[in-house]
Amino acid sequence: MGHLLALDLTAYWATTTIKVLVVLGLIPAGALILGYVFLLKMMSFMQSRLGPMEAGPYGTLQLVADGVKFLQKEDIFPDRADRRVFALAPVVVLMSTFLLYMVIPAGPRLIVEDLDTGVIFALAVSSLSVIGVLMAGWASANKYALIGALRAAGQLIAYELPLVLAVVGVAIQAGTFSLQGIVHAQAEGSIFGIGAIGNPFILTQFVGFVLFLAAAQAELSQTPFDMPVAESELVAGYMTEYTGFRFLFFFMGEFGTAFALSAIGATLFLGGWYLPGVHGTLADVVGPLVLGAKIMMVAFLIFWVRFSYPRFREDQLQAIAWKFLIPISLVNILVTGVLKVVVK
Amino acid sequence: MPDFPGKGLFKGLGVTFKTMLEPNVTVQYPHEKEAPPTRARGVIALKEENCTVCMLCARSCPDWCIYIEGHKDKAPPRREGGKPRTVQKLDRFDIDYSLCMYCGICVEVCPFDALFWSPEYEYSEVRIADLLHDKDRLGEWMKTVPEPPPLEVGATPAKGAKK
Repeated sequence: MGHLLALDLTAYWATTTIKVLVVLGLIPAGALILGYVFLLKMMSFMQSRLGPMEAGPYGTLQLVADGVKFLQKEDIFPDRADRRVFALAPVVVLMSTFLLYMVIPAGPRLIVEDLDTGVIFALAVSSLSVIGVLMAGWASANKYALIGALRAAGQLIAYELPLVLAVVGVAIQAGTFSLQGIVHAQAEGSIFGIGAIGNPFILTQFVGFVLFLAAAQAELSQTPFDMPVAESELVAGYMTEYTGFRFLFFFMGEFGTAFALSAIGATLFLGGWYLPGVHGTLADVVGPLVLGAKIMMVAFLIFWVRFSYPRFREDQLQAIAWKFLIPISLVNILVTGVLKVVVK
Repeated sequence: MPDFPGKGLFKGLGVTFKTMLEPNVTVQYPHEKEAPPTRARGVIALKEENCTVCMLCARSCPDWCIYIEGHKDKAPPRREGGKPRTVQKLDRFDIDYSLCMYCGICVEVCPFDALFWSPEYEYSEVRIADLLHDKDRLGEWMKTVPEPPPLEVGATPAKGAKK
């Protein structure tokens, strides 16, 4: 018995280590991919220029070079900063990103932890970053950082609601909060009796998808919702006093979260890892690629909007959340609920 | 497209999407070179024999990047038995291209056609002091100055112009 327990524990630690390492590798990889494909290249093309071309073929290594540059920089603390909080803040932000990856399924069995309340867990964890942002702003002993942090807090709290409410519609339709369950619901679903491509919820929950995208945009504080880091008024908001690898942490947190939220969006609305006609072990192999492709589609929408629109004013930003997105999402939930009962 | 609220938002997305698909205008400079237009303002060339040290260019320069020194000299008289003429000889004519803003006022203002635009643009230097071109270097640029555009039909050629 004792022997068995020991074996189980070894297996547990082995799988846990592997999972942690995979996620730890995924965050920088996701950040690099999104950063290169969208921030460097797509934005450049949208502005009719080439973007970085010299570091590596077509500038692919530009972000790696930037990362190395950040690592070489001096680790500066402002004179009157709260040193411990200041140092901890980027870690808290990155931690929230890290936890987001826990519940995203990349295949029938490729998931760190298939929680029954996966969606709720993901959204709860994503709002942890507010604490890190507030810590950063407060500990910097800089008024711009503080203003940026408070703006970020106000914004993230305001847009948390439409994000959750948009997801509720999906949860009602799927009948589960587990992300794996939502993927299965989409794979096995059918629209008007036609089940060839399953039922990606973007078709039946299109309003929810738009709401989710808008709220995710704000959660990531991407333009047009980038008041917290509005560089023309606040330098860089809560990141003003950060340099070197601590700034890199914020950067990775931002793009890592963008990657994770795109993955959640892809899972909720585009069917996640599911590709029609692929089942069993093959789905475990193809799944991550399918999910990756769908992530890129969602991320494309997010960054397309980011590079096209100017910034909202603070009051407009709050008004959009409270007067526009939340009522619509409540109506969406109501309609979904009624249809669920009526149609079923 | 009919009008509806938020139409502009979609229009904006359309513009960025269209631009993304279009070929972009960047020229990969050190690898490939752009052919500047013939009359591009690349560098200013000096035709030393036309300069009379009148200082108009130096005085009109907004950032004072032209340095001129000269002295009076005697030249043989035009006619036999005449008085020797007084001419201005150019000792120094420098343009500091680290200050020059390529406004072209000096070229415009020169009454004796001693300054010309040349489309050459590849004269960057490692040391900023090397951007000060002296009159020999400025004279070298004359080779790259394009021919003036032909006169219109029936126009009177300038006095003393070559046929």
